[in-house]
Amino acid sequence: MSQVRRILQVCLLLIPALVAGIPPAAAEYADVVLNRRAEKEGMRPVIFPHWFHRIRFRCKVCHQELGFKMRVGSNDVRMSDIVEGKFCGACHNGDVAWAPDQCDLCHSAKRGLPTGIYGGHETLGPGRW
Amino acid sequence: MPTWIIVAALLLVNAPVLAGPWDKLREDGVHDPRSPAINRLQEPGDALSKLTPDSAGNMVRWVQSLEKGEINPRANLRPDTKIRLYDSDVMLNLNGGMPMVKFPHRQHTLWLDCANCHDHLFKAEAGANKLSMLAILNGEQCGVCHGAVSFPLTECFRCHNTAKPGGKPPRPSLPIAIPAGAVPPK
Ligand code: HEC
Ligand code: HEC
Ligand code: HEC
Ligand code: HEC
Ligand code: HEC
Ligand code: HEC
Repeated sequence: MSQVRRILQVCLLLIPALVAGIPPAAAEYADVVLNRRAEKEGMRPVIFPHWFHRIRFRCKVCHQELGFKMRVGSNDVRMSDIVEGKFCGACHNGDVAWAPDQCDLCHSAKRGLPTGIYGGHETLGPGRW
Repeated sequence: MPTWIIVAALLLVNAPVLAGPWDKLREDGVHDPRSPAINRLQEPGDALSKLTPDSAGNMVRWVQSLEKGEINPRANLRPDTKIRLYDSDVMLNLNGGMPMVKFPHRQHTLWLDCANCHDHLFKAEAGANKLSMLAILNGEQCGVCHGAVSFPLTECFRCHNTAKPGGKPPRPSLPIAIPAGAVPPK
């Protein structure tokens, strides 16, 4: 471990440079932007906040009962599905949570943002660099 | 030098920058400050500052927050969905230089269902999986969740939490001290 520690200590010297160079932390950890079609069809991209939902629901509700696959962009969510009570619409139906007519609450992202997980914490593995 | 050292070092170096305090939605870089909803959505800090604090990710120690009853998230929508819990620790990383990893089923199944991991991520048999830190850093195995939604991979010793016989005890936090000033003020 001592070699590791030496390398890490050297890297630490770089922190001030990185602090100055990196734009302010983007988004809350685990925020998801969904923009496969929204912007092409004239709407702002959608922001799904994990932090907000996990206070109210355990992961298994969405990722098991409702069947959301755990890979950003892998669920083909369409507005028509939501209105029919699928995906977000399983709760955003005017019963468990407010209804899909509140367009702006979901479609709240800056234009131009691609689909992805934000918050500066995406696993920075080599495969995703 | 093994790639994982570089990756881990980069993660560590970036940790204080990436963790940050809670940004205001209009300044967080993803919300459109001109969106009509910007004043209607809840600010993360308003909700998260009331929960058990942490040093990374959402800055909330989610497991403790749940166990203390600060939050009580629903476990099912339909009354007939079976809620499966399992209380068993599995020891991983028995041979490397890092402390061992005690994987706790109990804390995981409070949040997750068995099918979130078994068998597409892990075979349900102790020692049957070839795990690797590089794969984890690459967003596979434990890294599917840790580094995306659950506490991030900078928290080495929250996973490498158990000393090997005769080995050094795991440290409570990062292996190195973060200089004062590197962590943004709360
Ligand atoms: C209210 C529903 C909901 C809850 C609760 C929820 N998620 Fe998610 N999760 C989503 C959605 C929606 C996505 C994005 C899927 C997509 O883009 O196709 C997602 C994506 C993910 C991803 C993929 C990230 C990536 O890097 O690609 C992971 C991992 C994940 N969730 C883990 C969790 C964990 C762990 C919990 C519990 C702490 C949780 N989720 C709770 C709805 C939820
Ligand atoms: C509960 C959250 C939510 C609400 C409320 C909502 N949407 Fe969506 N909408 C989504 C998601 C998620 C997508 C898929 C995003 C993507 O990948 O492009 C989407 C996609 C769309 C699309 C892209 C085309 C398509 O069919 O998928 C349009 C257009 C759209 N929404 C319009 C609206 C309008 C208009 C309203 C209000 C009447 C609205 N949305 C309300 C979540 C929502
Ligand atoms: C398991 C149920 C569930 C699912 C699935 C779900 N939501 Fe929600 N969502 C809720 C609840 C409950 C609220 C809070 C409603 C309230 O405050 O009245 C909420 C609130 C929100 C908010 C407002 C947060 C704030 O700051 O007030 C947004 C945005 C949102 N959801 C987006 C989405 C999107 C996008 C999806 C699909 C990708 C989705 N939700 C799927 C239950 C759900
Ligand atoms: C989400 C849990 C988790 C986190 C966080 C984590 N690890 Fe690991 N680590 C593992 C697992 C699981 C293995 C594989 C064990 C095996 O081979 O059976 C492993 C293996 C390793 C190995 C190879 C085996 C050894 O002991 O030499 C090293 C080195 C390592 N991790 C270093 C780190 C460092 C440094 C960090 C922090 C930057 C870290 N890990 C964070 C879970 C984690
Ligand atoms: C977060 C991921 C995750 C979840 C959720 C999960 N497991 Fe596991 N499980 C693992 C891992 C990792 C191992 C260790 C495999 C190894 O040693 O290679 C394991 C091992 C096991 C084993 C063999 C070791 C032992 O404890 O006897 C059984 C049995 C098992 N799991 C059952 C379950 C059941 C039942 C559930 C649901 C109630 C569940 N698991 C949920 C990740 C998970
Ligand atoms: C399917 C998602 C998922 C996978 C895969 C996963 N975890 Fe977790 N893990 C969670 C969630 C959710 C929590 C709750 C705490 C949080 O979200 O930060 C958690 C918590 C933990 C904790 C307890 C932290 C505490 O505060 O007490 C440890 C230790 C841990 N994970 C280790 C591992 C290891 C090691 C692996 C791989 C063998 C792994 N996890 C794989 C989702 C996952």
